[in-house]
Formats: sequence, structure tokens, C-alpha cells
Amino acid sequence: MAECHPVGFQWVVEAKARGAKVFHVDPRFTRTSALADRHLPIRAGSDIVLLGALINHVLANELDFREYVLAYTNAAVIVSADFRDTEDLDGLFSGFDPETGSYDPRSWAYEGMDEETPSARAPGAQTPGEHLEGGRHHAAAAGADTYGSGGAAAHPTPATDPTLSHPRCVYQILRRHFARYTPELVEQLCGISRAAFAELAEAITANSGRERTTAWVYSVGWTQHTVGAQYIRTASILQLLLGNMGRPGGGIMALRGHASIQGSTDIPTLFSLLPGYLSMPHAHRHEGLDDYLAREGGDVGFWGHRRAYLVSLLKAWWGDAATEENDFCFDHLPRLTGDHGHYTTVMGQIDGTVKGYFVAGENPAVGSSGGRAQRLGLANLDWLVVRDLTLVETATFWKDGPELETGEMRTEDIATEVFFLPAASHVEKEGTFTNTQRLLQWREKALDPPGDCRSDLWFYYHLGKLVRRRLTDDEIDRPLRELTWDYPEEGAHRDPSASAVLREINGVGPDGRALSAYTQLKPDGSTRCGCWIYCGVYADEVNQAARRRPGREQSPVAPEWGWAWPANRRILYNRASADPEGRPWSERKAYVWWDAERGRWTGQDVPDFEPNKPPDYVPPEGARAEDALAGTDPFIMQSDGKGWLYVPTGLADGPLPAHYEPHESPVGNPLYAQQANPARKVYPRPESPYNPPESPRFPYVLTTYRLTEHHTAGGMSRPLAYLAELQPELFCEVSPQLAAEVGLDNGGWATIVTSRTVIEARVLVTGRVRPLRIQGRVIHQIGLPYHWGWGGGGLVTGDVANDLLPLVLDPNVYIQESKAVTCDVRPGRRPRGQAMLDLLEVYRHG
Amino acid sequence: MAERMGFFTDTSVCIGCKACQVACKEWNLLPDDGFVFEANSYDNTGALGANTWRHVAFIEQSRPVPVDDSADDGVERWLMSSDVCKHCTHAACLDVCPTGALFRTEFGTVVIQEDICNGCGYCVSACPYGVIERREDDGRAWKCTMCYDRQRGGLEPACAKACPTDSIQFGPLDELRERAEERVERLHADGQAEARLYGESPDDGVGGAGAFFLLLDEPEVYGLPPDPVVTTRDLPAMWRWAGAAALSVAGAVAVAFASSRKGARR
Repeated sequence: MAECHPVGFQWVVEAKARGAKVFHVDPRFTRTSALADRHLPIRAGSDIVLLGALINHVLANELDFREYVLAYTNAAVIVSADFRDTEDLDGLFSGFDPETGSYDPRSWAYEGMDEETPSARAPGAQTPGEHLEGGRHHAAAAGADTYGSGGAAAHPTPATDPTLSHPRCVYQILRRHFARYTPELVEQLCGISRAAFAELAEAITANSGRERTTAWVYSVGWTQHTVGAQYIRTASILQLLLGNMGRPGGGIMALRGHASIQGSTDIPTLFSLLPGYLSMPHAHRHEGLDDYLAREGGDVGFWGHRRAYLVSLLKAWWGDAATEENDFCFDHLPRLTGDHGHYTTVMGQIDGTVKGYFVAGENPAVGSSGGRAQRLGLANLDWLVVRDLTLVETATFWKDGPELETGEMRTEDIATEVFFLPAASHVEKEGTFTNTQRLLQWREKALDPPGDCRSDLWFYYHLGKLVRRRLTDDEIDRPLRELTWDYPEEGAHRDPSASAVLREINGVGPDGRALSAYTQLKPDGSTRCGCWIYCGVYADEVNQAARRRPGREQSPVAPEWGWAWPANRRILYNRASADPEGRPWSERKAYVWWDAERGRWTGQDVPDFEPNKPPDYVPPEGARAEDALAGTDPFIMQSDGKGWLYVPTGLADGPLPAHYEPHESPVGNPLYAQQANPARKVYPRPESPYNPPESPRFPYVLTTYRLTEHHTAGGMSRPLAYLAELQPELFCEVSPQLAAEVGLDNGGWATIVTSRTVIEARVLVTGRVRPLRIQGRVIHQIGLPYHWGWGGGGLVTGDVANDLLPLVLDPNVYIQESKAVTCDVRPGRRPRGQAMLDLLEVYRHG
Repeated sequence: MAERMGFFTDTSVCIGCKACQVACKEWNLLPDDGFVFEANSYDNTGALGANTWRHVAFIEQSRPVPVDDSADDGVERWLMSSDVCKHCTHAACLDVCPTGALFRTEFGTVVIQEDICNGCGYCVSACPYGVIERREDDGRAWKCTMCYDRQRGGLEPACAKACPTDSIQFGPLDELRERAEERVERLHADGQAEARLYGESPDDGVGGAGAFFLLLDEPEVYGLPPDPVVTTRDLPAMWRWAGAAALSVAGAVAVAFASSRKGARR
């Protein structure tokens, strides 16, 4: 965190000054470790073992926050008798289809899912089980992403056993599932000693409960794995058991990799989502609006209002053209036909099915895994548009890419027409950043962009205008013809007004005035809203994201600095900060509570609960949406209002996390016969072959990361002298022991090899990387920052670390496994040209 | 003269982000130091110099640990420290400057006026910390000004402004010294017995530094001299001796002349 989020790390330093104990779990000793109380070196790719052992420690010693767990989680829920655990099936959950490599999650359901329970079913609701097709659906279209956040449906009033003793209740299933995740296993697989584990386990359990809370912070070290989503799930289980969710000082914080990556998930650049985590409709599954709404998500909890959210979105986009009669132009939305993720798109380019490509603010030729496949795809396009601050490698691959040196490509053979359009930087345009805390912060334009540089907003708005000028009366052009595309223009370059866009996202009511809360959204087309979770950012016609009241002038929650979605809440699910009766768990941790006299929830933050719903509220028969949640159900976006220790539906790879080895691992999986995540997404193609597991040719673990001094693939930092001089060359970090074993000299050169490619890097020998003893063997890890490329206007250049990485993905969110792969390393510089390909052949075929 | 201002650099919360180095160069428009991989932990800019007025040192303190001893880290500590000109109370650079390019500002800091410096380099050898360096292309001496221009505009120096963890604190020197004492006591109470202040004492060899440090090890570990002494410390004594010597020479001459006059009378 100090390494990649130094500004955010000031708060860790401050917490430490107030007595917080900081543990840092990382393969390397980093700048974060330097300030932590304890550093726990871990083998990359083994975190579920560590977290699972912490869960086992909590369960075996009954250290869970029992009152919280009973009231606010699904610990007591009884699961279907059809469910089989990885303990029963040697690493598989029930429902796995080896042919498609995907799960049918029906057997994971709560008991009684197949029976109609009238109390939870309103007329017209879908039949139970219909939405459970999710497993297959998302296997085809990444639907798990939308299910996970967008309201996977579960039985709202399932059978429970409050004594937690029923053998099929979630609590007992957890106990059995994690029983083999022991400190001994942690030592064997993670390389963390029993003593170090004991200290961590003692610290987090002692620091959780009524009086205290513990927070976990992660970044892509947890996500970029073939089991990435399940890493976060494991942490979620632990935090729910310890009562650390929805409470001040608790939670699981995801540090994002760019200034507004949270924003680009909320108003997504992801193929499978519409704004506000509404799922993108599917071509063959969703005939019309009603059909889409019936299939996507549950009816209980706030997702029960998804018609209001979607209709308001359609009204924002198509205005008066969107009417009740035409399904509010639902048919104007593009449809999915399957997986359109980044890597699948690249495969489409290589296969010639994807002809054109817009690349904005990204540099996939250097920044994405398996760069060779990326560049083969780029070379096979008809046209390519690159918008960036400098001439990044993605725009120049055709004249100076690594494949030219090896002779695999010749410039004269590449027919791709490349359009490079210079972009404005963040100080040259106005708009918002949404940070990891869901906080929108408006920033002003400091100066005009130079020359032909323009903001993305300018580019897409004017591109849209140009396209619309060319439209015909043909039906096929109707969606674009009817689109609302009329922002006020400002300045010499006719920039569309960013605040007008933010106001459109906020939404307006029937009177044309800005709405102030998403609870005002209507399903009848009388409201318009570009992203329902952002509704309120322009409340009272004021840009709330621009607020800058200093923290010292307001409460510690600082509600008047920027604006956090939803409804300016700073901690989500904060109903859980009070006990079931609505009283703070302790004075020390008081945050939001029930004021019985005034009959409303109150506290330091905006309560994440209906303000007037008393703690003793019991939903009446047939209630829908939030009315179907009880006064003790804090997790209001879940269809049962509970925190899910066990996930009955919504995940592609199982209802519980299980340790699987990375796709490429030097060791076997001692827990199950199943070596790697059975549902992981692989691309078995010649452009990007895999290292075999446990291969003696690739004995070392490779992990990639970023340094403070640079940003991602270097497009924004390598051209700047003051940053480039601080880390001028690609280097690998190796332990003194590995350096001695292989013959690497500090300051010398190393050649690193995977089945994808061969690269060279300078050597930094450091005790900050240390060998670990895994299953009785010494395992060496090699660290590799990935900021360099061959050009990109950089003052400093170097080989492309990401070229080493395999194309293998997490099945829920389609992120690549870039944190734990295998490699070989040898002293000296790499061979050039054909000699490099020859060396690669030796490694590929041994 | 206004209140004496200074830097307190608390290395116990430095995260080595180098924002101070970059902010300093941005504000003062300094040239880069070249692009050389030094294979010296995360330090690729070496030391303070004409073009680097803040420099972050990285010190890896590791000891070989057998793999089986997995209870322990290979690395014990990774020390990081942002070095800077000390703005000494008794500044030798100031004493030796023949042109008056170096002067004591109203903030008690020591600044080189680039339009007066003639590049003689006396200050370079005079500095007990090796802070000052002449720039190769123009021959003049350059060093930290504690952002004299920003201070005159009521702003804190760029490095302190950019530091995310408040490792670099800027303020009236007296206040900083008090704060630093408290911080050391706190660290001692937390069991960090090795925490100590460097350059805060008015009784040290430079009369106390305007930029002082909290270190977690001996100064030498950070590349700092353990007991710096203003190189012109003996100047007054030397002048006294020289004066005495001159007087006695003059006396001798006078005596000689007197004698010769005597002799002449003869």
C-alpha cells in the first residue's frame, strides 16, 4: 500500500500512531513492510490457505462474534441435501460439468429453494430456480460479475437452525470445509511459520468484537489470480465471523490501480455491466424488458426496485423516445452473445473476427498479459484508434515491436490502419474521480490541453455528433438517432459541459429538477437517471462532489468532503454497527443507532437502512423489495438481508473458497486431487502456451507488481525525467540465495523465461526477497516490476515484463493471473532475433 | 529577522516514496541526474548534489537467515531517510564565500544567490556534510534554499508540502525541536530504543542544524557524519593566532627598525 498508494498510506501511518498494529502479508519485503509491525512473507498464490486457516482458527476456538453472526449472517441457514463440498469430492463442488468446465449451482441452494414460499413471492415473480441458471449463463457471459454485485437471488426466508448445530447449516459446513486449513498447512504451503501465524491469529481475533474492529486492505495481489474473487470471499467470511463488516474501523478495502477505476466500474467500461451494476442484457436470454427484469436478480432487498433503476437509465439515454409502449427503448441496448472480455477480444482479433479497436488510456501492447498475443491481434486489425498522452507502444508496435526484432512480423505485412489521437491529461479537463471509498471528488481544469489534445469527453461527444450526422432513416440507425446527445458546449473547442453530464447521471424528476436520492426513482418513466447509485450527487442543483469543507471543521466522518455513493454514505451496511435491538455494540464503536423516541435511525453517518424501519420490524406476508427485509437485516442489497458466509448462487467457481494452486505452480495441491481452479478460463492456443504445473524447466515463482516511482506500463511516467531517473531500468528482485544458486550478480543482467517469451532485466539482489520452504522444498520467488517497454516516448526503456505472463483468467470477473506464475532465470543478457526463438523452443518442448 | 524556520525529518515514518525529491525538482526546475541503474536498493540518484537537493537513502539491514528458520525475516529493517542541506547555525559555506553569494535569510536559512556565485567552490569543500556541489555545465554551486521563494510567499517548502506521511515537517525551529523530543520519547516508550535525534542540539559542532533528523540507527548508517564540525570552527582562533603572529612580526620589525634607527644614530 505504501508502494502503490503512498498518499492513502498516510492514514495507516496515522492509525499506527494511535496504536494500531499493522501486519503486512506479501511475497516481498516492500516499502509497506518497512513501516508495518510485522511482515509475513508468503508464497504468491497461497493466500486462501492463510485466510482459510484464520477462519478455521476462529471456528475451532469459537472466537466468532456470535451475536453478530447469528443475527446478520447466513450462518444458521440450512443448505440443500444435494450439496457436496470439496471435502466430499476431492476438490470439486457438486454440479461440475467437466465438459464445459463450469458449474451448475442448483445443488448449492438453500434448503427449500424448490418449494414455493408464498411469503416471499409476489404475484408475477419468477419461479424459484430460474435465476439459478446463473452458473451456465455467466460461464458464457461473465454474469457472475453482475450477480455478485447486482443481487443474486436466494430464498429470502430459508429454514434455519439458530443453535448452529444442524449438520447442513452453513456454520457446520464452514467448520468441516475449513477443518484441514491448519497452521501446519499454512507453514507447508504459504511458508509462514506457526509462530508467525499464531501471532496474526491472536492479533485479529483479540482486535475484533464489540469494542474493537479489524480492517483488511488488499489490491491486485489478491485479485489477479485464477481464484481471485474467492480470495476476497475468504476475507469476507473471516470479517463476517469476526463482526467486522458495516462497522467503523472494519471492512475489506480494495485499493484500486488508477485514480478512478472505481468510477469506471460504477459507470462501467466493463462489457457485462450497465451503469449502477445492472447487468447487460443477453441476446438470447432476454427477449424484452419484463423478461430481463424477471431473470436478473431477486425481488427482495433494494434490487427489487431494479425496474425503476433501469427505466430511469433508459429515459436518461433515449428521453422522450422511451415510452411505456416501446419498453422504454430497451431494445435499443446492445446485447451480449457471450464473453466479450479483453482477452477473448484479442483472440477474436487474431482470428480475424474483430476488425476495429478503440484503445483509450490503455497500452495493451505492454500493459496486458501475454503481450505477444496482444500484438498479433493488433497486427491483424483493419483499423486501430489509440488515444493517449504520448505515442505509446500500442500505437507503434507495427514499426518497433519486439516481433520485428525476432522476424515474426514485418512492417510491410501489417495492414492495420492506426489513428493516434492525443489526449488531455487529468489536469487539463474537469470531471470527477471516484475513489476506492466510493467518494466522488470533482476537480477543476487547471489549464487548457496543448495543441490538438482533447478530453475523452470531447472526443466521444464530437465523435457521436459526427456519426449522428451520417445516420439514415433506416431502422438500424434508430437507437443512435433517438439518443439524447445535447450537452451545453463551452470554450473555443466546444467542450461538452462535464457538470451537465454529472447532472444527467444524477437524474431529474418530472419537473426537470435534479433528484436528491435514488429512492425517488420511478418505474413508470417519470424520472431520468444515468446511474442510480450516483443519484444525489447533484442534489439541490448543487455539485455535491465539489464540496471541500476541511475535515477539521466537521465530524470525523467528514460528510461534507465530496460525495460518496450511495446517498453520501461513508460506510456501507452500517446498520450492522448497531446490535439487533438498534443499540451500538459499544460506546467506543458507536456509529449508527436507532433513536426510539424519534422513531428513526441516526448517528454519525447516513444510516444505510430505511430511516424509519424499527429494529423489531417483521415483514408481512407477500412483502417485496426492502419491505421484505426485517429490521435486523443490515445487508440490504442481498435478497435475504444477510451477510453471506456461504454463497448459494452468484459465483462461477463454488459457494465457498477452496485453495487451488495457480494455473502455473511449482508444487502440487496437497489438499485436493484438483490442482487448479476447475472453472478457470483458459485459452489453449499456440500464440500463448502454458508452463506445465510442477515443471522442472520452470522451477521458480514469478510475481509482477508496480513501484512507487512509475505508473502501470510507464506511459505516464517513463517520459518524465524526474520519475524515470528514480527507477531507470527494468530489474528483477532476487534473494541472495537464488543469486548464488543461479549465478546472478547484483547490478548484472538476468534472462527470465516462460513458455511465452524471453526477457532480460537488471539484477537487484536483496534480502527483502527470501526463499521459502514449501512442502519440504526450497521455493524461490522472483519479483518483477512491469513499468517498461521498448518505446512509448520513454526516456527509459526495457523489455516487457507482462510478455512473460499466461492468458488464464478468474472465471467470475475474467481477470488474468499475473501475480503467481512460474519461470526460469539464468545469468546474462537474452539472445536476440532468431536465437531468442530457438531458446524459447528449447524451453517449450524441453 | 523573522522566526528561524527549519525542517524536522522524522525517518521513522518515511515510506521512501521520493515525492520530496520530485517536488523539489519540479519547484526548483532542477535538471535530472541521468538514468543509471545503481543496483543499490531503490536508490538510483546516489546523494545530494547540485541537481538533487532532497535525496532519499534506502538502507537494507538484512542478515542471512537459514530457510528453515521461517519464524524470522531475512530483512530486519529497510531504513529510508530524506536527506537535505542542514542550514547550519554556524555555516562554514557562508563563512568562506568570498563574493557574498551565500547569505543568511530572514528565516535563518542559508541560501546561495545564483546571480552572484562566481563558482569558486570554496563552499563545496567547506561543507562538513558534503551537501554543496558545483554544476558541471555552469560551474556554480547549488543547494537547497529551503524554498526561500515559497517561504517569502507564505508557503511551506515543496518537499514538506508533498510528503504524504509528514516525515518531513516544516516550521519554527523551536517548535520542531519540542515536537521531535516528544516523538523520540514516544518511540522509546514503544521499545524503539535506537531512535535518536541528529542535528537538533545547539551545542553540536555546527551550533545545531536548521534541518535536523530523527534516525533509527547511527548517522553513519545513513551516510551522515557522526560528529560534524563547522570547518571554519578554528577560524577565529586562527585569526587570533595570525593576529598575534602578525603583531609579533610587526613588533620584531619595529624593534629591528628601532634598532637600526639606533644604529643609524650612531
